[in-house]
Amino acid sequence: VRVFSFFNVSPVQWLVQVGASAGKALPQRVKIVEVGPRDGLQNEKTLVPTEVKIHLIDMLSEAGLPVIEATSFVSPEWVPQMADQVEVMKGINRRPGVSYPVLTPNLKGFQAAVKAGAAEVAIFGAASELFSKKNINCSVDESLQRFEEVTKAAKEAGVRVRGYVSCVLGCPYEGQVSPDKVAQVAKRLYSMGCYEISLGDTIGVGTPGGMAELLEAVSREVPVDALAVHCHDTYGQALANILIALQMGISVVDSSVAGLGGCPYAQGASGNVATEDVVYMLHGLGIQTGVDLPKLMDAGAFICRSLNRKTSSKVAQATCKL
Amino acid sequence: LATCTWKALPQRVKIVEVGPRDGLQNEKTLVPTEVKIHLIDMLSEAGLPVIEATSFVSPEWVPQMADQVEVMKGINRRPGVSYPVLTPNLKGFQAAVKAGAAEVAIFGAASELFSKKNINCSVDESLQRFEEVTKAAKEAGVRVRGYVSCVLGCPYEGQVSPDKVAQVAKRLYSMGCYEISLGDTIGVGTPGGMAELLEAVSREVPVDALAVHCHDTYGQALANILIALQMGISVVDSSVAGLGGCPYAQGASGNVATEDVVYMLHGLGIQTGVDLPKLMDAGAFICRSLNRKTSSKVAQATCKL
Repeated sequence: VRVFSFFNVSPVQWLVQVGASAGKALPQRVKIVEVGPRDGLQNEKTLVPTEVKIHLIDMLSEAGLPVIEATSFVSPEWVPQMADQVEVMKGINRRPGVSYPVLTPNLKGFQAAVKAGAAEVAIFGAASELFSKKNINCSVDESLQRFEEVTKAAKEAGVRVRGYVSCVLGCPYEGQVSPDKVAQVAKRLYSMGCYEISLGDTIGVGTPGGMAELLEAVSREVPVDALAVHCHDTYGQALANILIALQMGISVVDSSVAGLGGCPYAQGASGNVATEDVVYMLHGLGIQTGVDLPKLMDAGAFICRSLNRKTSSKVAQATCKL
Repeated sequence: LATCTWKALPQRVKIVEVGPRDGLQNEKTLVPTEVKIHLIDMLSEAGLPVIEATSFVSPEWVPQMADQVEVMKGINRRPGVSYPVLTPNLKGFQAAVKAGAAEVAIFGAASELFSKKNINCSVDESLQRFEEVTKAAKEAGVRVRGYVSCVLGCPYEGQVSPDKVAQVAKRLYSMGCYEISLGDTIGVGTPGGMAELLEAVSREVPVDALAVHCHDTYGQALANILIALQMGISVVDSSVAGLGGCPYAQGASGNVATEDVVYMLHGLGIQTGVDLPKLMDAGAFICRSLNRKTSSKVAQATCKL
């Protein structure tokens, strides 16, 4: 077990203020970015029929989620689960005010996405060179150049772009990742036109101190309002990491209904944090999300039945007998 | 690992391992005595400073703890490690001391209905009963740890007032408990509620004498523990492998897993004295014996690379 901790920490004053009055520093409202239908399903072994994907997305819209990552315009050879990308885009019931971003790895994917009706796209950079090489077969810099083509085209087409940075708290190949490296990549994505940067703890190794230090570094380069956290629960740390992110001013959180999507780097382990568990915590904190938790749980139950798997959400598992 | 220099977080946290008692008591499978003893010995080896060993309640009520005396006599007591046992009343206390206990634990509740349903008497009546125990413990030179259940919600009453919890904690502290563990028995609490609770209780009991006992039934445990640390708490209860489901929520989890707590604390640069790999060995051992999967996420995550 590798425990990631930080060696070069300076005292953080805000913790003293936050400790006594936890409620004061927290945002009143948090936007949840639901990644279950894309990030979640992409990392599930079972292939899901198109109509099931569409129904899942429709149920999530009904549950009040403001952003639902719908599908991915990567080549179907690479990601068979997302082969029905066009049918999904055309089949979903778009709720007014809800955004349905799609992944686009390059200009070709972007063009296909727009043709299929996408109004928002997502691009994925990494904070680790080795991870970038192994994942998309090019350096971080090369990938950012590729993405510049996308953001340029998106600007012309009036399409919003969300940027993701992977491995922000640790890399399965490189181990420790420097917060400054993450800040640089986030800054590049923001400068090229991404309206929001989602920081992903890809292997879930991060702990709250590391999250705080990361956000301090990144928010020096990108306004905190334009930052989101994408925490994985592989080591059970997600909610604690999200809590500290909220205390640091973050108000956008990525999560996956039922905790769909295992970790490809840790056999049998969990991946994405479950939306139900995040919503439970946020509502308990008095933070508004617009999400209807019972309806969200219905969506989770539906997709788990379709996948023939148990939910990874603790809230969903806990049915009080009384 | 370099020590993290956060001003608000404690430098050291004492982990109270409740797996062998609270954990096993809430597992359906009956565990042989030698397995219990071996588990406790492995936990001692893993560096845990406090390990709740067994319970001196009547074996009719809790068959899992029927071998209480053999367990106490069989364990390898590591110097500097405490092995508290549960004692519901004076009779249990006397049996515990006779069996070699040097520390005992008493359980109060912050909810009247819970107290009635769980131990068939009011909170006040239970506290009177406990006064007999603390009095005898004082005379015998035995330490007493007090627990308060349902501090963030009750399966029967629903919401629980922080002031009620503070009153019960204060009573336990005044009658001689050296530490009060605040238990989110059904795991419904969230960090804001935890902060509010600790503010109320720490007005009546010094924060150094407080501990948190969080259940992970709704996945909130680590977040609740984090905020407790930020508020000055430095004692955390947990259960190896997350042993012990929730009797009030069928199939749901209960205690937070010690491995996951230790992972977070070490990541924060906080010392615990715990050897995580050895702790995980203990967790693997007891899960094999119980023929169940671990509830610890850290244990589940074995990086293939």
